[in-house]
Amino acid sequence: MQTQNIPTEELQGIVGEEHVRESSAEDAVDGVRPSIVVEPGTIEETGEVMKLASREGLAVSPRGGGTKIGLGNPPRQVDLILSTARMDGIIEHVPGDQIVRVQAGLKLQDLQESLAESDQMLGVDPPEEGATIGGIVAANSSGPRRLRYGTVRDLIIGIKVVLADGTVAKAGGKVVKNVAGYDLSKLFTGSLGTLGVIAEANFRLHPIRETARTVFLEVDDHEKIADVTQELTHSSFSQFVLDALEIRWEGDRGVIAALFEGIEPAVEAQSSVATEVLRSHGETSVLGEEDGEEFWESFARRPWDAGDVGLKIGAPPSDLTAVLASVLGAAERAGVEARLSGHAGTGVTFAGLSGGEDGLVEVVEEVREIRIRRSGSVVVQEAPLTVKERLDAWGAGGDYLGLTRRVKEKFDPGYTMNPGRFLGGI
Amino acid sequence: MYRGQLIEAMQEILGPEGVIHRREELRTYECDGLMNYRVIPDLVVLPESAEQVQQIVQTCYDEGIPFVARGSGTGLSGGALPVESGVLIVLTRLRRILEVDIPNGRVVVEPGVINIWVSQEVADEGYYYAPDPASQIVSSIGGNLAENSGGVHCLKYGFTTNHVMGAEVVLPDGSVVHIGGGKAPDAPGYELLGAFVGSEGTLGIATKITLRILRKPEAVRTLLAAFKDTEEAGGAVSGIIGGGIVPAAIEMMDSLTIEAVEKQVSPGFPEAGALLIVELDGPEAEVDNQFEHVIKVCEENDASEIRVAEDDEERALFWKGRKAAFGAMGSISNDYYVQDGVVPRTELGAVLKKIADLSEEYGLRVANVFHAGDGNLHPLVLFDNDAPGEAEKAEELAGEIVFVCLEHGGSLTGEHGIGRDKMKYMPQMFTTDDMDVMQLLRCAFDPHRICNPGKIFPTPRLCGERPGPFHMHPVQKAGLAENF
Repeated sequence: MQTQNIPTEELQGIVGEEHVRESSAEDAVDGVRPSIVVEPGTIEETGEVMKLASREGLAVSPRGGGTKIGLGNPPRQVDLILSTARMDGIIEHVPGDQIVRVQAGLKLQDLQESLAESDQMLGVDPPEEGATIGGIVAANSSGPRRLRYGTVRDLIIGIKVVLADGTVAKAGGKVVKNVAGYDLSKLFTGSLGTLGVIAEANFRLHPIRETARTVFLEVDDHEKIADVTQELTHSSFSQFVLDALEIRWEGDRGVIAALFEGIEPAVEAQSSVATEVLRSHGETSVLGEEDGEEFWESFARRPWDAGDVGLKIGAPPSDLTAVLASVLGAAERAGVEARLSGHAGTGVTFAGLSGGEDGLVEVVEEVREIRIRRSGSVVVQEAPLTVKERLDAWGAGGDYLGLTRRVKEKFDPGYTMNPGRFLGGI
Repeated sequence: MYRGQLIEAMQEILGPEGVIHRREELRTYECDGLMNYRVIPDLVVLPESAEQVQQIVQTCYDEGIPFVARGSGTGLSGGALPVESGVLIVLTRLRRILEVDIPNGRVVVEPGVINIWVSQEVADEGYYYAPDPASQIVSSIGGNLAENSGGVHCLKYGFTTNHVMGAEVVLPDGSVVHIGGGKAPDAPGYELLGAFVGSEGTLGIATKITLRILRKPEAVRTLLAAFKDTEEAGGAVSGIIGGGIVPAAIEMMDSLTIEAVEKQVSPGFPEAGALLIVELDGPEAEVDNQFEHVIKVCEENDASEIRVAEDDEERALFWKGRKAAFGAMGSISNDYYVQDGVVPRTELGAVLKKIADLSEEYGLRVANVFHAGDGNLHPLVLFDNDAPGEAEKAEELAGEIVFVCLEHGGSLTGEHGIGRDKMKYMPQMFTTDDMDVMQLLRCAFDPHRICNPGKIFPTPRLCGERPGPFHMHPVQKAGLAENF
């Protein structure tokens, strides 16, 4: 790839000398090393940097905490990493309105700590440590509590973005109910930095719940898992409300866990009904708030380590048994070790695979083929570069791929933003 | 294509009964729920299937004829106002519930299905469809989707956009796409469904819609509380929500609204400066506990009377009074103008005061009925159409009210949409750049601007244009990509 001419001095003139640096090996995106890392301090500076990058034909990769920098396909080109690290403030938090406006570089953990002082929280709980708000929006990260609060798309109420040509634009606002103009906040959710830089985001907040109870059941047959989760979601006497319903399967045993949060009498009543349901299937344990926190910290982790292949499988919740069987079956045939976890209540399953490269590719292709036939999806969330070279991270995409490309080409006609990482080579 | 040829082409697709072209019949469709804008369309077509919708749109695209989709026509912003020399595609005959999938909590419907039918369909299984606009007994799911309809319970359960999980869409070029995962979560690619819902019919026509249904709550408790004025009632609202409770609904009515509602449907509301209806739902233990807290907060804010609904019948009576509010204005005024604006909840008091001042300044009465929990105001400006100049004055006052909402950090519309009605106000809320960037999305979906043109944006953009300086990317220079 042709080396781009980097206008270092001009960039320094925009953001200040100390906020432009040569890249190091850690700045590489799936093996593609950028030339330079730029940290603008304001949205205006971000606009100027983007204008300059577009003029020079530089490919730009926005970066927050870098926790999802490996998501997607290897980029075709990265010249400039645009780090949001310095834009990490809370712009406005109005507890009485239960809304917050933040800059993209703010870490979720810092936001939650600040909101907790007003007994409030943002209802997203992705497991990645150090993730920023901008990154969470761009990657559409989620965690167990999505069962109750939904995902980023359900909580974001406004956005400010910088397009590739430097245009700064906003959509939405700071009120929860608002139908004025197109909902670009949702469009940018999950866009992985390919439509523009997410500079600010506004969210609706929720009260922190008074107490919590976790109920979990161990099982030794993966076919039993879906029966139990379906019963918990639908049984006629289970009138309770679940905050999370999660599963894990490793080796030859699995765990189903349900989380209840709220005020004490309600949590007590709901969790005891759930306990009753679970007891009919096996030995059931109940954890209070503190023990529960510790439990969820490890339970909510993705079932893979560095060097493994990590899959996110989307399927109707009632297909859970088939999803588990297809992964475990394919893995066994290919001599690959498989571990599973997932948001059983919403139909998201994660699979961690380790083994030989050919076997890994085989498993992904087989599971993907089945899921796509059933209108679901299999996204490779993490994989060694050599595996990524043999698989598309997103799969083929549906009949909406052409439209997806047209959207991209309107917002970023020069393919300046993160070229190649997204669906369909976008 | 001449009109006669177009009629023939449409009759070929739909048969003679599916095409309305006589002027006197076309007049039925000249407006939607907002009656001060009227346009007689060239042609009205009534497809009965998704395939027919596709063929109609394809014909329009091939011939460069603009079209507008319409459901039940209850919209309040002129979103379904026809375009002159255009085709109005009425979707009321696409009214089948295609699939009920209880294990996955999904229902698949055609766009003409009426909102309330969905809840009725799954009620026996213990489920319901949460978004409940006041028009729910007549408005269609397709229209709800286009407008991202709210309702009284959206404070807790969200809006239409949070309950539409997938859609089959006929794009303005006649191609068909499936967006959103439907039954499976997190489809790869852009969140096109989130952008499509609430786009006021300007990005395409949904022909199949996958909805999320919820389990009915175990317990529902509702109370009515009377206060001296809206300020005290507002204090109670803040106290309830500040206490960490997310009620299923909190609605406020001022004295003028109460008077009108009493005259019209006689729900037996207490005389008061302001009334609150507060509803909690959820698990029994939680509702009981929080309901006590709600009562306490109302008492602390000097409620003169608190009436708890003893049964479903009494609850229904409370809601009948609330839902009749718009219509009831007819009993105290010849004409009225419905406004829809949003303010941050904490600004409610200040905004209501300014509305009262404006009402005095203009010499027109303004009744306030609103979703207090989410700051969504529906001021009703009362006027007399026969009094010369009063209608214009009323519209001006209604405009002033939304400017007040914007000054206080709110929005032009919470649930009725921009449509034709509020286009002119868009520049007060958004910069030219904001609107140009929004229209990039429009250009991706509808480059020829034939799909519900003349709505939302006061200055339509040609899709070849691009805001800001444009520089050719090296990839383009090298001939590896085209300019779009």
